[in-house]
Amino acid sequence: MTMFLWVIVPYVCLAVFVVGHVWRYRYDKFGWTTRSSQLYEDRLLRIGSPLFHFGMLGVVAGHVVGLVIPQVWTNALGLSPHTYHVIALAGGIPAGLAAVAGLVILVYRRRTTGPVFSATTVNDKVMYALLGTVILLGMWNTIAGSLLQFGGEYNYREGVSPWFRSIFLFRPEPELMAAAPLGFQAHALLAFLLFAMWPFTRLVHVFSAPIGYLTRPYLVYRSRDARPGSRAPQRGWERPELQKK
Amino acid sequence: MRVMAQMAMVMNLDKCIGCHTCSVTCKQAWTNRAGTEYVWFNNVETRPGLGYPRGYEDQEEWQGGWVVKNGRLRLRAGGRFRKLATIFSNPKMPSIQDYYEPWTYDYETLLNAPAQKNFPVARPYSLISGKPINISWSANWDDDLGGSREHAAKDVMLKGIEDKVRMEFEQTFMFYLPRICEHCLNPSCAASCPSGAIYKREEDGIVLVDQDACRGWRMCITGCPYKKIYFNHKTGKAEKCTFCYPRVEVGIPTVCSETCVGRLRYIGLVLYDADRVLEAASAEDDTDLYESQLGVFLDPEDPEVQRAAEQAGIPGDWMEAARRSPVKKLIMDYKVALPLHPEYRTMPMVWYIPPLSPVVDVIKDTGYDAEDVDNLFGAIDTLRIPVEYLANLFTAGDVEPVNGVLKKLAAMRSYMRDINLGRDPRDEIPAAVGMEGEAMYDMFRLLAIAKYEERYVIPTAHAEQAHALEELATECAVSEYGGGQEIFGEGSGGAPTPVAVENFRVLQQAQTADTMEALPADNPMRGRINLLTWDGRGLPEGMFPRSAGDDEGGDR
Repeated sequence: MTMFLWVIVPYVCLAVFVVGHVWRYRYDKFGWTTRSSQLYEDRLLRIGSPLFHFGMLGVVAGHVVGLVIPQVWTNALGLSPHTYHVIALAGGIPAGLAAVAGLVILVYRRRTTGPVFSATTVNDKVMYALLGTVILLGMWNTIAGSLLQFGGEYNYREGVSPWFRSIFLFRPEPELMAAAPLGFQAHALLAFLLFAMWPFTRLVHVFSAPIGYLTRPYLVYRSRDARPGSRAPQRGWERPELQKK
Repeated sequence: MRVMAQMAMVMNLDKCIGCHTCSVTCKQAWTNRAGTEYVWFNNVETRPGLGYPRGYEDQEEWQGGWVVKNGRLRLRAGGRFRKLATIFSNPKMPSIQDYYEPWTYDYETLLNAPAQKNFPVARPYSLISGKPINISWSANWDDDLGGSREHAAKDVMLKGIEDKVRMEFEQTFMFYLPRICEHCLNPSCAASCPSGAIYKREEDGIVLVDQDACRGWRMCITGCPYKKIYFNHKTGKAEKCTFCYPRVEVGIPTVCSETCVGRLRYIGLVLYDADRVLEAASAEDDTDLYESQLGVFLDPEDPEVQRAAEQAGIPGDWMEAARRSPVKKLIMDYKVALPLHPEYRTMPMVWYIPPLSPVVDVIKDTGYDAEDVDNLFGAIDTLRIPVEYLANLFTAGDVEPVNGVLKKLAAMRSYMRDINLGRDPRDEIPAAVGMEGEAMYDMFRLLAIAKYEERYVIPTAHAEQAHALEELATECAVSEYGGGQEIFGEGSGGAPTPVAVENFRVLQQAQTADTMEALPADNPMRGRINLLTWDGRGLPEGMFPRSAGDDEGGDR
């Protein structure tokens, strides 16, 4: 069971995540969008969406620091685990609260605004439920586990983080995770399920964050020839597989 | 000099009767899909009026287009960093209420209602929420000045002259303004797109949205000051007028032009210098922008331009089309067409001949001769309201160019009356507006009686490209390199079917030829049987496939 939950599931989910995105990008560029509902409703979105998204950016940054940077490195910098913890909570709790508040506003808006609700697919609903659960579990772990320390102290940087890194180093250490508190286990497992679902939901828009806009010229010129599907494939040197048999 | 060709349009507003045929045919062709119910790539507004979406011209409110700050051209809604910082919720996007909530009727009630005392009614239902709605706005709610006391008074273009404009029925004026995407030389929608999905085609300047690259960030909707980019709420992507590129590529006009009842639209090429666009769009004063945009255009008769165009790879037939272009004549030669809202600094390429009719109507109502040049000139000078209003639309408020155009149109009216009545033409009339008699006559021909081929001078996709576009006309049939696939009609097989009307020429020739043998040698339909033109006599060669026992050629 330990093997299945903390080795097989993560690898399967990550494989689906990677292959799924490649597949979606190749075959469904047309469906690759944020599917914005701003046209229907503006007032709540204006508050909820930035709150949620900026909160999430903070949360993701916190996860990157907490999961990727080994404890020994921060120790070497002279940051004691306790100090690190205080900093992490000071940054993480506001970001998390912003994300949760944003999510609550957005879900409320989605449920109560008629047009937005009718534009919500089953796929969306499952994804929101999973995403919401993962975020709430994460908040529970942070507030109940780390801040108030229900059920004793647990340093995730000695359990969850090394396990997470071990997956990407292809030397998985499932027993680390098996020893973690239930809240962390559930958070991690559902997060991996969310990763598996990711490429098939609207979450793909995360990967089209338009950073290139900062460097490209304002106006884009394109030749008609570049339009996909505008002409039959040409015979030529480049296409040996298309030669007559 | 970087010569580029631009497909452009001119609309003669005097001829618009406001029938909305262009809007309807465009909608049938392009936006009759789910998610685009509220979308009109082409719409016709009654002016003065609010337009569609409501009050879109108020850029203080909607933040569209460009502004010049410290001599530099900037997006009014903010540059790249501002765009990315507000990407999670576009602060200036019109809501569906600013367009209108699209609806349908519950027609089923009419068919299924039981026998009853009262006649059954089909109630309107919103296509957005699916709930019954009370229709209170639409794309042309204030058509023909309907409700103008309430609505037209809010027209942004009346700013500064509102005290002079009366919305009382007897004293008002109106005209129609059909609008499509301007296919600007300096499109602010494209500049606003974080994904770089909106592009301008190098060959003909048509501005398109790449549906595979659009990610639905919605910044283009704010960026376009004409609000001619729409959000498809089903696909989550931006859509816009395509200038009917599949039609234009094969040399036929856009749907809106083709179906225009008043024949008021002209389509043709304009050559411009792409290197000068930025400088021209950065002109200091708003009122300089009309002149500065004129300065960007290039004269296709100029040998230097011709040389540069050749170097830029503009084909010979395109140069010929640029020379014959009615748009070029109206904009550059006669100078009677004006850009819509040059102050947005996007360098729009759908231009308008302002209407003389408000002036003519006033003279007629006073009982004077509305075709007398002196009466008309006097009226143009004294009738400040329509002229100032037109100037707000077409020249950023500068009445001089509008006066000039109206006087030319008035002079043409007077000059042609003499000719039509068999009197001696008075050359002092064209001279009064700085024109030669002959030019004035040519202008009259172009405005009044130009035929289809003169109104639409549209070069096809260049010959070599067209050859490749026509799948059948390539020497290599699709099935022969598709790996064992058979042809089932044109476009079958593994290759992507071209978007353009790929076999348009081939089929057109085949359908209009007397016999299939008479087709040009390169037409792949040559020698085939066309059952539509077969007169039933004889059995043409090739009508039936030869069978094994058919060598004697006996009767069937």
